[in-house]
Amino acid sequence: MVQPLPVRLQETPSQTAGPYVHIGLIPLQAGFDIFETNFTNVLTGPDTAGERIRIEGRVFDGAGALVRDVLIEIWQANSAGRYNHPADRQESKPLDAGFRGWGRTGSDFETGVWSFETVKPGPIVGRKGHRPMAPHINLWIAARGINIGLQTRLYFADEASANADDPVLNLVERGQQRDSLLARREERDGKTVYVFDIYLQGPNETVFFDV
Amino acid sequence: MIHADSEFLQRDRSIHPPAFTPDYKTSVLRSPRRAMISLQSSLSEVTGPAFGHSELGPLDNDLILNYAREGEPIGERIFVHGHVRDENGRGIPHTLVEFWQANAGGRYRHRNDRYLAPIDPNFGGCGRTITDENGFYYFRTIKPGPYPWRNNLNSWRPAHIHFSVFGSGFAQRLITQMYFEGDPLIWRDPMVQGIPDRSAAERLIAPLDLGAAVPLDMLAYKFDIVLRGRQQTLFENKLQGN
Repeated sequence: MVQPLPVRLQETPSQTAGPYVHIGLIPLQAGFDIFETNFTNVLTGPDTAGERIRIEGRVFDGAGALVRDVLIEIWQANSAGRYNHPADRQESKPLDAGFRGWGRTGSDFETGVWSFETVKPGPIVGRKGHRPMAPHINLWIAARGINIGLQTRLYFADEASANADDPVLNLVERGQQRDSLLARREERDGKTVYVFDIYLQGPNETVFFDV
Repeated sequence: MIHADSEFLQRDRSIHPPAFTPDYKTSVLRSPRRAMISLQSSLSEVTGPAFGHSELGPLDNDLILNYAREGEPIGERIFVHGHVRDENGRGIPHTLVEFWQANAGGRYRHRNDRYLAPIDPNFGGCGRTITDENGFYYFRTIKPGPYPWRNNLNSWRPAHIHFSVFGSGFAQRLITQMYFEGDPLIWRDPMVQGIPDRSAAERLIAPLDLGAAVPLDMLAYKFDIVLRGRQQTLFENKLQGN
């Protein structure tokens, strides 16, 4: 029997988010209030299970200057290591109905700092035949001067043994490149903060993934 | 067969602007120079956030009314619609589409925009919608104006609307810009010129769609969006371990 040729369209080309990305995606930061519901950098609700953490960082350009107009989104599993998505079939892990696992924010126009309030994700099953993935958060970065959104992952520096087995981290050269994916843990006023600075270019350039 | 957790097809980067496009000056210091590391899809890439209608307000897809205070905004009323599909040609249902733009004079409602054209008191310039069960979307707005920007001394952006789209997996995340058929600024624009493949760039130009115009009210433009597709397999999907 002759099989029909599969339809194959081409992806729409990317274009930069531009300097005014805040208007569309985080209008409160652009300076006006238009939507009843705004998407924010707070992923947790009162009932979210897991260890509460804050992740924060800054973004630097190739001259070492702060990039203050970045949009950052994160996507992560819950504290048990399960994504709130039907493709995740890790049935043995609980779903946390109130935890979508996604957030967005912009870097501060003055300080350049961005942050999220979330929970630490659990380890996630790897591709078949591979070891589990260490706890990590997926980041997507868009801004003026960035022609196509940049994908990277935040791993936790204090998860040394899980990180040592992680199938993605093991694709990355040891040393600065691997370290660029590790967030360092700090305690501030009794709260746990993981600091993750991103370098778009230069000797400390962050590892980005073609996913 | 394509499953909810089927792996994504390798992204064809030849139809996207590379990170470093020196004619667009801001890209010079913001472009990574090392090779990216290619990843096979894992659960982290094939999954992504979902959004519900309850999160949107009734006027979120109507930029003519969603910030109207004492009257309606100034400018050319238009209707923008299109089909969001993946590279496999399948409509992408129930996915969030967001859009933002300048007003008819080319001015953004943004604290960092200092262009001398005035803010329109009745125009916010942003909206959002969710595609229907077949992947179609639409919204009403005012046609944005072109505006000058600091790249070269006499650089002007063609009229455009920014789009943000999700898809069903986080690896499909895309931001792009829609241009308007017939605008003489399009092919002078370094952001458009950054796309190496002219036929790909042409797909960012929305044709006038008289058939969808509302007589005596507004013209229409059609902007279709294609997100990344997934690998088709003959056998049971094997992405997840255990």
